[in-house]
Amino acid sequence: MDEFEGYRRPDGTVGVRNHVAVIPVSVTASSLAERIAADAGDGVVATPHSMGANQPTPAREQTRRVLRGVGRNPNVGAALVVALGTEAIDADDVADAVADAGRPVETLRIREVGGTAAAIERGADLADSLRADADDVRRESADAAELIFGVECGGSDATSGIAANPAVGAACDRLVEAGGTVSFSETPEFIGAEHILAERCVDEETRERLLDRVDAREDMARQMGVDLRGAQPTPGNQEGGLTTIEEKSLGAIAKGGTTPVEGMVDYAEPLPRGGGLVLMDTPGYDVESVVGKVAGGAQIVAFTTGRGSTTGNPVAPVIKVTGNPKTWDRMANNIDVNASTVMEGESLSAIGERIYGTLLAVADGQRTEAERRGLTEFAINEIQPRTGGERA
Amino acid sequence: MKGTVVGDVALVMDADDAVATALDDLAAGTTLPPTERTPVESPIECREDVPFGHKIALRRLDAGDEIRKYGEVIGRATVAIEPGEWVHTHNCESTRGRGDLAAAGGEHA
Repeated sequence: MDEFEGYRRPDGTVGVRNHVAVIPVSVTASSLAERIAADAGDGVVATPHSMGANQPTPAREQTRRVLRGVGRNPNVGAALVVALGTEAIDADDVADAVADAGRPVETLRIREVGGTAAAIERGADLADSLRADADDVRRESADAAELIFGVECGGSDATSGIAANPAVGAACDRLVEAGGTVSFSETPEFIGAEHILAERCVDEETRERLLDRVDAREDMARQMGVDLRGAQPTPGNQEGGLTTIEEKSLGAIAKGGTTPVEGMVDYAEPLPRGGGLVLMDTPGYDVESVVGKVAGGAQIVAFTTGRGSTTGNPVAPVIKVTGNPKTWDRMANNIDVNASTVMEGESLSAIGERIYGTLLAVADGQRTEAERRGLTEFAINEIQPRTGGERA
Repeated sequence: MKGTVVGDVALVMDADDAVATALDDLAAGTTLPPTERTPVESPIECREDVPFGHKIALRRLDAGDEIRKYGEVIGRATVAIEPGEWVHTHNCESTRGRGDLAAAGGEHA
């Protein structure tokens, strides 16, 4: 059996990290959240973001879903929700999601405690006491079936589709076989490859949902009277040899492996445990897309890059994989797994085994390069009327 | 690696493919030997420099022809392309997400 030592939560989930998360409700409280986490030191992380205090309803609902999802991610041992105190999303509402998941949680409103200076002081006390609460949990043995593995690609080039993505896909197949969940997203990067995913859907409902979502993303380009080609593939993708969105997509979908598509959820919606391969409808922006899956419950993320990306996440460890030998040579201190060995004859399944081994080691506590370097990018996707897939 | 390595310099993913991917920076004049995956009798000579990861045409394509990689359509030729030519945005275009065509009253993207 494939096992790791994790933090079992009262709601039955298992964390691979035991963070105290400082979660701002809006942009207004984001600097404070960062300050509290920085002052508290190791084991306290912040999730600063730029979403407004009073967004239109669909956008606000999405922000709320992300905040609640991040707060109950299995890697969060305790949370402090911070707010100015005038936001449409109430700090208590976010805190309730954390409490319902059986984790200690506190709220802090800047206006109520008497301004920023007082909030920093109070925040430091709360962070210390939450850190002590979270430290009561001990690591215990857990099965790989408890893992939700988010898969992402960014800075793609021609090697992504022939090396890094199919190698990560082989690791995904191993995790699904072990009973876990795999999720990949970035719907604009299904365009031109959706027929292959559609054939793999387990039922008609999932198939229709998938095709509708792809259609909606493509429609945004049509409605704006513009051409996706300026933004998809990106100029960097094009320099790396990718000519069209179809070519990029056909390479991108390889990262999810070859198992049946069991379902498709909305941005930041909960991903099922033991769910097999489940897609998420997200934009193509890497950081926002990773955050969507972490809010959905992913404890670990694999991120493939051809051209070299440094992206991490405050809550979930991010395992970097490249299939480009030059990127491996240049940026080894940002990359965890070298998949370019496929060009020297190592089989994709052997590289997939290495990635699966890294997944279990990281679940067991091994730090990723992004964690070692303190890279913790965080952003929430904003729903804007009549725009969407890509802002060129 | 999926696909077939041709002459140590390029990779053909599927037997239906019209293009190979360069596994190194290939100088003009580099040749791809005939194999079961390269549908030609004689070696294909690169007509121009092709950078690492970029594509080389394996067969003649007319303007408007579909271009396949991974055995799937990745776009269409905008001009005639000869074997050995570099295939990229200057001679191959996407058929998807083309709001520009819809706006021009042209073909439905």
